Amino acid sequence: MEKYDRSDRYLKQLDDGQHEIALATKDLHVSYGEKEAIHGVSLDFERFKITALIGASGSGKSTYLRSLNRMNDNISGTKVTGQIMYRGLDVNSNQIDVYEMRKHIGMVFQQPNPFAKSIYDNITFAPKRHGEHHKKVLDEMVETTLKQAGLWDQVKDDLKQSALALSGGQQQRLCIARAIAMKPDILLLDEPASVLDPISTATLEDTLLQLKENYTIIIVTHNMQQAARVSDYTAFFHLGDALEYDETRKIFTRPKIKATEDYVSGHFG
Amino acid sequence: MFRRNFEDELNDLHVRFSEMGMMVNEAIYKSVNAFINHDKTLAKEVIEADERINQREVDLEKRSFEMIALQQPVTGDLRMIVTVMKASSDLERMGDHAVSIAKSTIRVKGNVRVPEIEQVLAEMSTKVKQMVEEILDAYVKADMKRAKEIAAEDKNVDAYSDRIYKMCLSQMQENPDTIVGSMDYMLVDSYLERIGDYVTNICEWIIYLETGKLVELNSNVEEDNIF
Repeated sequence: MEKYDRSDRYLKQLDDGQHEIALATKDLHVSYGEKEAIHGVSLDFERFKITALIGASGSGKSTYLRSLNRMNDNISGTKVTGQIMYRGLDVNSNQIDVYEMRKHIGMVFQQPNPFAKSIYDNITFAPKRHGEHHKKVLDEMVETTLKQAGLWDQVKDDLKQSALALSGGQQQRLCIARAIAMKPDILLLDEPASVLDPISTATLEDTLLQLKENYTIIIVTHNMQQAARVSDYTAFFHLGDALEYDETRKIFTRPKIKATEDYVSGHFG
Repeated sequence: MFRRNFEDELNDLHVRFSEMGMMVNEAIYKSVNAFINHDKTLAKEVIEADERINQREVDLEKRSFEMIALQQPVTGDLRMIVTVMKASSDLERMGDHAVSIAKSTIRVKGNVRVPEIEQVLAEMSTKVKQMVEEILDAYVKADMKRAKEIAAEDKNVDAYSDRIYKMCLSQMQENPDTIVGSMDYMLVDSYLERIGDYVTNICEWIIYLETGKLVELNSNVEEDNIF
């Protein structure tokens, strides 16, 4: 794993005025206690595009993703330095209301984790907590989000059924519907298809391609075919560094860095 | 499903391939017209337009390559992309032959023309053009049966070729003034005959697309026996 020269990098710069940047990190470091897991990563994420973060286990891609909406704050001994710029604000600053920020930067996890409630209540739970009680508004929200998540047609006749009765793929799409009910700008997805079967995975990927019309999506995936199929940009992580960041079609046809080439072609390590 | 994204790209690939076919067909038609009418302006147009055909082949190859890398197609989907890659290279070669005909027009030296031969060349080119049109249609419809029929029609092209060859030989023997012109007729004849062979290649790719089998239609062994 150490055979690659980590100073050999190519990171595409998107802050050239040609691309609208939804989120950017500047020299982001993440440490767990004494151990630094991310060694200063600077990446720009283009609006309404899907960016895939790929890399071997332990490369830091999930740690990086989780720090984007400060999920690492809850892990004791974790220190995150550097900037996470969103709409001109540094999300990593102490001044930021983390809960307010997460309305804008939502996350969907690896394991589908619906609440043990009805489908309807799963989606309206957070909006209700934030003061939305109009039934008409909530009904519309349930329909819109389920449609966007590609689940409406399958569940519209029984919105009161328990979310736990859904299949894994449906549960994951429900979690996406739940995340977008808060109308976030950015959706972070941490290996959302890793526990799904190929058909559910294909449906989920289709959902993502639909969602990118309205959302900026950043997805961590171990499945390189998935990254190749759905994403516009790909960042390759290795031992806590982003070594290559470029358009997906370039990463998978002619990457600039040897480590990336070896990883995507399966000759890694 | 993500398939839709892939289907969209595949459709786009088909459309671009068909467009390339139409460009090639136009080039063949114009080049023969230019040759028969001694129209050097039209011949130059064919030569200039060939750049677009070449670029389209590169574009199709690039798109196909990326689709294979990004979508990892298998079975019929994979064959479809391979077919576009291979058949577009046949189309490109057909375009090159049209350019060769156009170049013959420009450098034509012989002033003594033989209307009877030109008449048969015109008929031959009409037949070839018709085959190119039909093969593009069979490709779009993935019509294997039609592809085999079109390949069988190549015998007609070969017969024209045989006829022109013999006519040229007898012209050259009878009237040495027609030697230079007849040489050009024979060249154009051979370019058209080669275009017919490339049509047969595309027929083979359509069969591959449908069955996954690589077949050899109209073996060259027989063709070589024509003369």
